[in-house]
Amino acid sequence: MIEFPPGLLLILAALPVTVLRGPLRAIWMLALPVVAFAIIYTLPDGSHYALTAFGQQLELLRVDSLSKVFGYVFVIALFLGVIYSLHVGPSTEHVAGMVYAGAAIGAVFAGDLISLFVYWELTAIASVFLILARGTEAALGAAMRYLIIQVGSGVLLLAGLIVRWHETGSIEFGLIGLDGAGGVLILLAFGIKAAFPLLHNWLQDAYPNATPTGTVMLSAFTTKLAIYALARGYAGTEELIWIGAVMTAFPIFFAVVENDLRRVLAYSLNNQLGFMVVGVGIGTELALNGAAAHAFTHIIYKALLFMSMGAVLHRVGTVLGTELGGLYKSMPFTTGACIVGAASISAFPLFSGFISKSMILSAAAHEHHYIVWGVLLFASAGVFHHSGIKIPFFAFFAHDSGKRVKEAPRNMLVAMGIASVLCIGIGVWPSALYAILPFDVNYVPYTDSHVLSQVQLLFFSALAFTVLMRTGLYPPELRSTNLDTDWFYRRLGKRALAGTAAFVSSVYGGFYGLSVRRSKRFVEGLYRHHGPQGIIARTWPTGSMVLWVAILLVTYLFLYFLDIF
Amino acid sequence: MSEEPRIVDPNAPGEKGWLERKENVTRIAWALYAVCAVLVLLDFVIHRHAEMGADGFYGFYAIYGFVGSVGLVLVAKHVLRPLVMRSEDYYDD
Repeated sequence: MIEFPPGLLLILAALPVTVLRGPLRAIWMLALPVVAFAIIYTLPDGSHYALTAFGQQLELLRVDSLSKVFGYVFVIALFLGVIYSLHVGPSTEHVAGMVYAGAAIGAVFAGDLISLFVYWELTAIASVFLILARGTEAALGAAMRYLIIQVGSGVLLLAGLIVRWHETGSIEFGLIGLDGAGGVLILLAFGIKAAFPLLHNWLQDAYPNATPTGTVMLSAFTTKLAIYALARGYAGTEELIWIGAVMTAFPIFFAVVENDLRRVLAYSLNNQLGFMVVGVGIGTELALNGAAAHAFTHIIYKALLFMSMGAVLHRVGTVLGTELGGLYKSMPFTTGACIVGAASISAFPLFSGFISKSMILSAAAHEHHYIVWGVLLFASAGVFHHSGIKIPFFAFFAHDSGKRVKEAPRNMLVAMGIASVLCIGIGVWPSALYAILPFDVNYVPYTDSHVLSQVQLLFFSALAFTVLMRTGLYPPELRSTNLDTDWFYRRLGKRALAGTAAFVSSVYGGFYGLSVRRSKRFVEGLYRHHGPQGIIARTWPTGSMVLWVAILLVTYLFLYFLDIF
Repeated sequence: MSEEPRIVDPNAPGEKGWLERKENVTRIAWALYAVCAVLVLLDFVIHRHAEMGADGFYGFYAIYGFVGSVGLVLVAKHVLRPLVMRSEDYYDD
């Protein structure tokens, strides 16, 4: 197979998509991920395509097991995304999706920080079209906020890499750590894309506003590219353990009260990233394997969940919990796919989440991070609560909304079918995934003790839901906006800006008014004295002129005589 | 959006599914209670490899799952919702 950077290949191959139409476009788009997968599979480890620029080595294709795991799953996500969006007519989304996936794949094979930066920004620019394509005013606003924050992350990365270049003389993308100012800036850049607490809200703002197909693509790449970058640059950085633990816990509270089911999924995406960040922070072989494995399984089941909600949005026109219910009658296959995704994210034994998330929990326990372990266990119960139960329950069951629609389009069903098979397949036969992880795996997920613990945790979480529903204590879905950190820039920032503008304009107005009055008075004065009617400018008759000359002469004479005498 | 959904009366004859009958929901609930009871009893049969002490207690995961979930929902409902919930058109000005 050719040793060509697979990301660059996909980006270049997106060009013909702009002109291809119909079945030809479909074949072209479906073939690309297959070719990219084959390239990645045959790539030997090591650095290929090294260029020298700015006196530094640019490594366009650095291959090792860590980059390969992410490369594989990104290609799988692209393949699923392409199938899922085959029915979409205009090319914008197809081109944007292909470039976006290509940039993400390019980034995981980038061996230096400058190449990483270029791909990093390209993911931001390409993906924003998946939000803009929705065409609503809310989507436009969300897209602009998303773009500013994503490009901002790239600017921080650029600043960080320049500082680091100055500090160490190297732009190699290896272990970075927090020793220098450059490392801190780069962590901040990664942290924005990984949706760290307080830097997270672009995710819940933008993803639910994208198109049904766009959100599926968005859910796969940006945040997991950041997880890859963290695993590469900050493995074993202890701060990440605590950041990750907070990330697993706080979004689930928001997920419980959120009505837009795709936003609920965005919050649970954030929570799942927390598990991976904890794994990176612990930094042992088991933990890093866990983080990579969890990224792999998560991309597929999260895409599956977003696909099922996208199908609902496509058919019903809304994914608000208050408007849905009883859809299992009209969309039985979508319901089934959603339940498989829900079981996988909840880490039920025999589903993919179980064999990856448990590695991270075990790693936390092995390293005696008891509090973090407790938080992760709580978050595991919580994620089952809102993603495992709430999403399928309110969309497909609960109170029948009386809405009857057609089942999802066939291409959507095929994509959901493949994703479902992958979720169950990985859960039942984890050895294939374990074989491609960065380190050798001697972890056994299926012990009777472990299976029992997990099943108990999940069933008693389900019991809690049942009891709360039947006693009427469960909070009803309500049509609402829930504030998050976006309030600071969408309301407080806007108010502050409006207030500043009002102040500046009143000060300006005051000065302007005063100076205008002053100048007006001055000009009026001038006009009065020197204007056409002014005393100075008046034309006087010759007679009065002679009279005045006579008076002057007489005065002069008079003064002269006074002087003489 | 392909087309508008057809709206039917969910209570009309033929529209009510097996899952929407009250007695069946009760049956499912009781089945869940039974499974939960069996799972707790299994703790006495299956030896657990406790990693850190607390998780070796009988019923640890069951209690943790139940209390954690109830706590999550009640805190979200009574603490978070009053703090963050605004009208749907809050940002539309």
